[in-house]
Amino acid sequence: MFRQVAHRILTRSTTTYSAGAAATIRRPYSTEVVADASSGDSAFVEAWKKVAPNIDPPKTPIQYMEPRPPTPSTLPSKLTVNFVLPYSAELSKAEVDMVIVPATTGQMGILPGHVPTIAELKPGLLSVHEGNDVKKYFISSGFAFVHSNSYADILAVEAIPLDRIDQAQVQKGLSEFTQKLNSASTDLDKAEAQIGVDVHSALNSALTG
Amino acid sequence: MASTAAVPFWRSAGMTYITYSNICANLVRNCLKEPHKAEAINREKVHFSVSKWVDGKPQKPTIRSDTPEA
Repeated sequence: MFRQVAHRILTRSTTTYSAGAAATIRRPYSTEVVADASSGDSAFVEAWKKVAPNIDPPKTPIQYMEPRPPTPSTLPSKLTVNFVLPYSAELSKAEVDMVIVPATTGQMGILPGHVPTIAELKPGLLSVHEGNDVKKYFISSGFAFVHSNSYADILAVEAIPLDRIDQAQVQKGLSEFTQKLNSASTDLDKAEAQIGVDVHSALNSALTG
Repeated sequence: MASTAAVPFWRSAGMTYITYSNICANLVRNCLKEPHKAEAINREKVHFSVSKWVDGKPQKPTIRSDTPEA
């Protein structure tokens, strides 16, 4: 699914817009659409007024939505991070200098002006750098979206500050799953044991590193 | 055109991303210190009833619950 998304983004960015080309019509990115929140779609309002001049036209969903902040022409100095979990928002529009996320392709640093990216996250350390403060969280898995206007959305299923990790439990889990991996028979058992080993060794290195 | 990108090991073993993500989350929650562990487990408790529909009629529902029967 990921590969298709990456492929589609690539084709969208390289296709040039031409009014006559019916085959590849380039749709604007959300950062380019200027959503005029107050008046709504003028063609719709016109048509409504012709049919029902005495009734106010209803509001459309786009009028209730805040438009995405546009891409600034100069490089912004701070990265705006939204770090959310299913049950709470850890950081909401926090202005930071840098975020390092544990992508499946390795630790990825996100600075203001980063190229728009979608990254799948693996179990690992997330660190938020603001001035001299570094806040670290261990993430179980999730996704990171970086937009062209230097907004980063990090979505994780579980994120725990490092001081809440129980070292003994991590060691126990690691040895238990390494044992399961050796004795696993079916593909599914092997996969589950491998996941266990991955998560616990990531937890271990987060605690020690 | 066939995509030849490498498949993650869990997908080749027949697991979906959601299952993988949930397993990771459960393992991480298991490694929390008390009292956060108890809070996390409490937060993730579910209680719901599922029924299959046959010929437009619901069959007997099965209840899946983590809360003890009161």
